[in-house]
Amino acid sequence: MNPTSFMQLYVFMLAAFVGFQIITRVPPLLHTPLMSATNAISAISLVGSLVAAGSDKGMVSTVLGFVAVTAAMANVVGGFVITDRMLKMFKHDPTPPKDSSKTANAKEAPAKDAKAPGAV
Amino acid sequence: MRETFTQVTYLVASILFILGLRSLTKPDTARRGMHYAAIGMLLAIVGTLVQHEIVRYDWIAGGLIVGTIIGVPLGTEVPMTAMPQRIAISHMFGALAATLVGVAEYWLHGAGLGTAKMAAVGFEVLFGSLTVTGSFMAFGKLQEIITGRSVTYKGQNAVNITLFGATVVMFFYLLFDPGNTVIFYSMIGLALLIGVFMVLPIGGADMPVVISLLNSYAGLASAATGFAIGNNVLIIAGALDGASGFILSIVMSKAMNRSFQNVIFGAFGAAPTTSAKTASGLSVRSISAEDAAIQLAYAKLVIIVPGYGMAVAQAQHQVRELAELIEKKGGEVKYAIHPVAGRMPGHMNVLLAEANVPYDRLYDMEEINGEFERADVALVIGANDVVNPAARADKSSPIYGMPILNADKAQSIIVLKRSMNPGFAGIENELFYNDKTTLLFGDAKASLSKLVAEMKTV
Repeated sequence: MNPTSFMQLYVFMLAAFVGFQIITRVPPLLHTPLMSATNAISAISLVGSLVAAGSDKGMVSTVLGFVAVTAAMANVVGGFVITDRMLKMFKHDPTPPKDSSKTANAKEAPAKDAKAPGAV
Repeated sequence: MRETFTQVTYLVASILFILGLRSLTKPDTARRGMHYAAIGMLLAIVGTLVQHEIVRYDWIAGGLIVGTIIGVPLGTEVPMTAMPQRIAISHMFGALAATLVGVAEYWLHGAGLGTAKMAAVGFEVLFGSLTVTGSFMAFGKLQEIITGRSVTYKGQNAVNITLFGATVVMFFYLLFDPGNTVIFYSMIGLALLIGVFMVLPIGGADMPVVISLLNSYAGLASAATGFAIGNNVLIIAGALDGASGFILSIVMSKAMNRSFQNVIFGAFGAAPTTSAKTASGLSVRSISAEDAAIQLAYAKLVIIVPGYGMAVAQAQHQVRELAELIEKKGGEVKYAIHPVAGRMPGHMNVLLAEANVPYDRLYDMEEINGEFERADVALVIGANDVVNPAARADKSSPIYGMPILNADKAQSIIVLKRSMNPGFAGIENELFYNDKTTLLFGDAKASLSKLVAEMKTV
């Protein structure tokens, strides 16, 4: 194995370590957005696809690259859009749960109504 | 100069990806963080497009346009209930891209690939192609194009192990003789078959584990692509994705009482054995919507336990409406979310968030289990195995040891249930026969609508 391959292994190991550290701290609440987010991020393989499609080294490579660009781009666009769509839905409750008395709720109701028709 | 620019964009992209994922540790920061990650992606794409290596842009432009046309509806149109199959299909796209890049690399260099490069390309196409077919099968099962039941036959494990062994042998052979194209393409063919056979025996209830596992495989395929083409940002993103899928599959397998080895080898399709305990001689108490509403109206703390039955009935909005009425009467409402309440990790949270349930009312199993004793009513909606006390006490039960929500510890339990059929695991649930339990029969959505109507008159 050459030094480059070893450097790559280091990069992989450190990134995997960082990944473990961060992802164990993601609450189960956000596990679905997490999956769609990592999916979108790993669509960075688009970068490799672009090189295959654009380096003009024969039709086979170009066409394989084209299909790969299409698939990866679908994940980039779809992945980031749907992650954002999901995260947008997670809303904080304006009233702290402990004081959910009648009056507090009645006060906050109009604010919530903007997003939730029929919520009263 | 250009090369430096490219490398800088990759470096910045890697940082933004990591920060983006880190932002997901808190719901408040998550959205902004993911915007940064998207910017990182854009930078990396621009950085790649200006490279010397890229000399023609026609096919690239075509791919980017077609990909965007496919991607936009995948992002904006798919309903939240269909999220598992949508994620499965995007695992397929990701793995497909990785596999094809690997094949292109092999086609260009073939025998010229050194051992290290060949190993990378080999990993890439192996993980990639089995993820392509595996994800497609998972998609088919979740979308109910193919049967969602576990498909098993005699000697299944032997067939799978033989297939797997054969690909491993081919992989090592290629390290010594990279130029052997027959072996290379046969290996891809076998890996595609493995993907099909791996998911075939898996039933609908086990899907969360499969999807997480395929997520991990897709990530590893991306990372291997990075090794093959010597690109660090791919290695980093792939490692993050691989780690994430791996962690999620462990979380899921723990939550459904599957051993870790089962997950790694994918051999978790075994048909569940039926429990020794049956419900003969026991009787259940049913309750009217009117009585249930009165009970809920006077409760100080109500813990709602939503299950997949609620999502199937599309009853999230009725649940939220009911919760708001309870709060209006002065009660407190909390939601207890079991890790496998939906069809993929965190699915139930998304479904409830979509119905405008504030996320600070959603509690994980560990957070909420201590509070059931304090709860006046546990309202179980379309959940079954995740509240079955047999998991705690009955050693003969197939779900023994599975972590459950302690709904049976509540002062009283109201179960919304379509009929007395047993749950996914095919086991009777003692909770339903508990003295504190009453059952409200009917479709979840209809029952909830009735409860809402009754609550308004209480």
